[in-house]
Amino acid sequence: MVKFRSEAGSKMKQSLRSQTIPPLKVLSVIGLRKVYGDTVAVDGISFDVGSKEIVGLLGPNGAGKTTTINMILGVLEPSSGTIRIEDLDIETDRSRALERTNFAAVYAPLPGNLTLYQNLRIFGLLYGVKGLSERIEVLLKQLDLVTFRDIKCGVLSSGEQTRVGLAKALLNDPQLLLLDEPTASLDPATARDMRTKIREFAAQGTGGVLWTSHNMYEVQEVCDRVLFLSHGKILLEGDPKTLPGEYGKETLEELFITVAREPLALELG
Amino acid sequence: MSRTAAIVLRQYYLMRGNLSRLLSPVVWVTIDIVLWGFITKYLNTVTSSGFNFVPALLGAVLLWDFFSRVMHGVSMAFLEDVWSRNFLNLFASPLSLSQYLSGLVLTAIATSVVGLIVMLILATTMFGLSFFTLGLMLVPFLFVLFLFGIALGIFGCTIVLRLGPASEWFIWPIPALISPFVGVFYPISTLPQWMQYLSYVLPPSYVFEGMRAIVLGGVVSGRGLFCGGWLAVLYILLGCWFFKRTYQRAVRTGLIARYSAESIS
Repeated sequence: MVKFRSEAGSKMKQSLRSQTIPPLKVLSVIGLRKVYGDTVAVDGISFDVGSKEIVGLLGPNGAGKTTTINMILGVLEPSSGTIRIEDLDIETDRSRALERTNFAAVYAPLPGNLTLYQNLRIFGLLYGVKGLSERIEVLLKQLDLVTFRDIKCGVLSSGEQTRVGLAKALLNDPQLLLLDEPTASLDPATARDMRTKIREFAAQGTGGVLWTSHNMYEVQEVCDRVLFLSHGKILLEGDPKTLPGEYGKETLEELFITVAREPLALELG
Repeated sequence: MSRTAAIVLRQYYLMRGNLSRLLSPVVWVTIDIVLWGFITKYLNTVTSSGFNFVPALLGAVLLWDFFSRVMHGVSMAFLEDVWSRNFLNLFASPLSLSQYLSGLVLTAIATSVVGLIVMLILATTMFGLSFFTLGLMLVPFLFVLFLFGIALGIFGCTIVLRLGPASEWFIWPIPALISPFVGVFYPISTLPQWMQYLSYVLPPSYVFEGMRAIVLGGVVSGRGLFCGGWLAVLYILLGCWFFKRTYQRAVRTGLIARYSAESIS
């Protein structure tokens, strides 16, 4: 029997945190809510992302994942609630908070009429990256993009553009990295390479990652913790490897489908 | 500072990489100067008054084109971000609105100065226009037009931000719409009274009245020009306020994140 997050979920969350307390919160979201007219897109959610932690934000289409990410990025004003990136409030300290943040999303490609190098140079300046030229060269090598250095981004394949987006997202070595379906258009081999890079980012630095994906295999492999979002609420939270078993499901995908189709059953369960 | 430089650098890369963008600040002003240069030459031959139309008409065209180039310079730089769907990347970065607008203005300075140089070369070498006629007053004339061009450019950006990408056509005719009121080619006194009232609140009116006063051997109204300058500054402040309010609305409604949808409804 699956239980609602506010009961069993909160107990499990407490026990999980007592086992692995992250050393520092890079993101704290408290009571975040977004309402469009009569529609509640995000309904008072609270969560955090710790340093070196990869948190998966899961949920069916329209659950409120991208709305949440947009609010964290400061491009969508919350109806209520607080977002703090490394103790900097996104509302009152926007520029400093976003200096420590970056993101990659399939729906936000870099301008196609500039070359990869030109785009990275411009975004490096926007994010105030020190030693920008060296940083660009390092990322081009790391993400196997050297051959595309002087190619316009608009002519790259969707998979290449995804890697370009990740290069931009890593430019400022962010404390908070937001990835909205970063492997959606990649072939399995490239997707695995990307997952490796992102895991390395979390393991080697001090940053944390908030990741959305519909690939449950990938989520299980990469994420330290997942949040199941449905109708703007977090229904479940926990370790993606143990969570399905705890709720009587074989796989994370099964659990996802249950959350997507029967959120009310979960709440009443 | 580096963020403003990033906005300018983006425009530089775009211009460097595309001939049509590179020619844009030059071609239209060249056409205007050549066309009006020959018209003034013709007028000088058919009128017996002895009045020299070159400084009065060609000088007016040059100043007006400079103003239009400044305004379109700001708007074009903004539209590049609209066309390449770059808002989410830009506004999810630490870039502030003032840094963004400063970048657009610096871009407009660069493109309009290029246009001005081309116009000056053509007008003086082909048609004998001497800007020494205007003397040092050319500096405040250009300055007032520059400020008002910036203000209208920001206003144009705001219209597109508020109404969506399809509204870009609103921007292009703005200079043509206000030109009858500011007396580019004729004294303001020619206009009916209701149009004159509008002229008083449009900074270019003071410039063109001043230019004609010099050409006709009169005295420029320093007070009028000063008034025009302050009005232009006021319009820049109003434009920035309007842009900020519109941006805040777009952030509240979610339009910035989904700008290509044109509206959130």
